[in-house]
Amino acid sequence: MPLVLTEEQSMLRDSARGLISDKAPVSHLRHLRDSKDPTGFSKELWHSFAEMGFAGLLVPEEFGGSGLGFVEAGIIMEEIGRTLMPSPFLATSVVAASVLSRGGNAAQKSEYLSEIASGSLLATLAIDEGAKHRPLQTSLKAVRAGNGFKLSGAKALVVDGHVADLLIVAARTAGDAGEREGLTLFLVNPKAKGVAIERTIMVDAHNAARIEFANVEVDADSVLGEVDQAAGLLDGVLDIGRGAVAAEMVGLSDEVFNRTVEYLKSRKQFGKLIGEFQALQHRAAELYIDIEITRAATMKALQALDADVVKATPAVAVAKARAGTTATRAVQEGVQMHGGMGMTDQFDIGFFMKRARVCEELFGDANYHTEQLARSRGY
Amino acid sequence: MSDLKASDTEAADLDTFRNETRAWLEANCPPEMRKPATSDADVFWGGRNAKFSSEPQRIWFERMRDKGWTVPDWPREYGGGGLSAAEHKVLRAEMARIGARPPLSSFGIWMLGPALLKYGNDAQKKEHLPKIAAGEIRWCQGYSEPNAGSDLASLQTRAESDGDDFIITGSKIWTSYANYADWIFCLVRTDPTAKKHDGISFILFDMTSKGVSTKPILLISGYSPFCETFFDNVRVPKSHVVGTINRGWDVAKYLLQHERAMISGMGERGVGRPLGQIAADSVGTDGQGRLDDAMLRGQIASFDVDEAALAACAERAVDLAKAGQAHPAFSSAMKYYGTELNKRRHEILMSAGGVDALEWESERSRQGARPRAWLRTKANSIEGGTSEVMLGIVAKRILDLPGA
Ligand SMILES: Cc1cc2nc3c(=O)[nH]c(=O)nc-3n(C[C@H](O)[C@H](O)[C@H](O)COP(=O)(O)OP(=O)(O)OC[C@H]3O[C@@H](n4cnc5c(N)ncnc54)[C@H](O)[C@@H]3O)c2cc1C
Repeated sequence: MPLVLTEEQSMLRDSARGLISDKAPVSHLRHLRDSKDPTGFSKELWHSFAEMGFAGLLVPEEFGGSGLGFVEAGIIMEEIGRTLMPSPFLATSVVAASVLSRGGNAAQKSEYLSEIASGSLLATLAIDEGAKHRPLQTSLKAVRAGNGFKLSGAKALVVDGHVADLLIVAARTAGDAGEREGLTLFLVNPKAKGVAIERTIMVDAHNAARIEFANVEVDADSVLGEVDQAAGLLDGVLDIGRGAVAAEMVGLSDEVFNRTVEYLKSRKQFGKLIGEFQALQHRAAELYIDIEITRAATMKALQALDADVVKATPAVAVAKARAGTTATRAVQEGVQMHGGMGMTDQFDIGFFMKRARVCEELFGDANYHTEQLARSRGY
Repeated sequence: MSDLKASDTEAADLDTFRNETRAWLEANCPPEMRKPATSDADVFWGGRNAKFSSEPQRIWFERMRDKGWTVPDWPREYGGGGLSAAEHKVLRAEMARIGARPPLSSFGIWMLGPALLKYGNDAQKKEHLPKIAAGEIRWCQGYSEPNAGSDLASLQTRAESDGDDFIITGSKIWTSYANYADWIFCLVRTDPTAKKHDGISFILFDMTSKGVSTKPILLISGYSPFCETFFDNVRVPKSHVVGTINRGWDVAKYLLQHERAMISGMGERGVGRPLGQIAADSVGTDGQGRLDDAMLRGQIASFDVDEAALAACAERAVDLAKAGQAHPAFSSAMKYYGTELNKRRHEILMSAGGVDALEWESERSRQGARPRAWLRTKANSIEGGTSEVMLGIVAKRILDLPGA
């Protein structure tokens, strides 16, 4: 596969960019933040997304989706990264849709996937519990009760947790925290008795929640995949999420970088454009190179996911690790080179810095993925 | 639909090519040639006085040459393999898969050949390209001068017109392998009155010409792979100018793009044993099989991340070029990153080797192969244009930042 977009993919990018930059520039996020909007995203925009086939981009055609691949999902994510548009796309259309179509049974698929595709159902994966992303450390308990299970424990950083219509919850049905065996995924109705959802207003003004489960009863039908055997399914689905977040970070890095280069070409000090100073030119050039390398690594990872999700882990680890490091550098240089302006809330650059920090933690930071690569190479 | 069909057959053809190539390499690449070269003597450079360091080296070279695979993507009429970009990518991948060495290393292949293919006239192409492909003539590069390094266009070596000939006088420095080379591609000033970039010509001549002499320069690695080169009234026919007289800067720049792309690819990417395992051999591992030096392990892992990402970018650069979407200055970006990364790799290798990597003259250390390689890599970010110059090119030509 060549690492360049095909004509169809370029068209997809152009139409996504058109819609997103038009309807959801950074001021859109700023407005949602300042007005303390209770949903934290625009329903209207989400419907436009669904009409264009984006909500069901990864949903197979038989369930009313577009049946496209991860490269295409990455294209949308990259555009989302450029304007920081808050949207259910990552949680619902990428992660939840992948969990359901890869692990769901026939009934679960037909019940939920077409609703995701039409934009009428929001869903999310509740996985992390501690400060850092450690999927195998899951300790939320699910004990057998009657013909079903009872869930108790808590989840942190559940993306879109307070607006989701469906929670996909990783729980421990056997074994101890840290073990691969004994993980199970459950479909949980957020309105079920015992579910307590607290929307967490985060640094980046995007949607997330902490959720507590106090003896929440679910029946046997709500198990997604095999009891005790969710680790394999999770590996793949989390890698899909990681690839998508890497693409978002490429988009946000590129955008911050473009804004910074424009600033270097317009701001004058000492009677010169600051972009004439070689110290700044070289830093800008290094950042450009970093972003191009990260973009290539991310395309490689998305193509690897399209080819075979199970074998994509090393490529995804490279992409997510690189994207984290590059985005961090891009936003730091962006603020620094804008001088005092970069520190003001009135200016957009800070929004990128905050979102980069959140993306870095989502599904594992650069250290986590660098460690994964070392392990996969056996040293 | 018909488009889909066309690309289906293309894909099927490529699969056939892959299978045939794999089988051919399996049958024809000697096992000794499936490990990275460990010293310069292990590399085959061709030329009039070329010697093979081993029988497998000779066999491998001759078989590849006969297939046109010393220059797989050159046209067949010039001794190339005539492969398409997609086939070439497959061949490279298949060679990397078994760790096959390049059969021939040559400035002719990396630098002069591409420039001749673009700027050379018919006679020049017919004369030089097949000899480059067959490794018969070894070339050196006469660009740098004592006072014209980064500021290459300020070069002073003169070429004065004398009928059908030029008379060349001046000196060059840092001419790699000038003492082994048969011919030189050289930048000379043909119009001293013109503006800096406008009076330069790109010319080819035989190093055995009367008036050419060389003097080796010893490096920190203990080798002297390059020379000072002197020209004392060297007579060269004007027909040896490539491109237009006084327009040599265009040729020079085009060649530099290829040189930079080549240098950025040095560093055995994806070939040989992974760094983590090399380190484990000397440092040891803990109970869980992890490298017994957590900081070194972390350095290696983040090196591996960057190296894999760069490999993807190198692949993409080729794909972009094929799709006509490449920026002509992108080779400077790759050159910068590839060389800085290669230096990092060798710092890690020295660190992993510890005391054992310090030996300079012993059989055990293969005459200090590791420290000598480490020292050699420090030139990567100097030769072919320094890192600072590369960043300047990216800033001005790609990012369009204002000139100082
Ligand atoms: C191993 C090796 C092999 C070589 N092989 C060949 C060869 O075969 N043929 C050939 O012709 N040449 C060859 N060279 C020469 C090489 O191209 C030059 O050394 C190189 O271009 C730098 O020039 P210089 O050494 O004069 O350094 P200088 O130009 O004097 O640079 C000194 C320092 O100043 C910095 N500097 C210079 N200008 C700027 C600027 N505008 N902005 C910021 N910093 C700047 C440089 O980056 C460097 O750090 C080789 C060099 C080496 C080390």
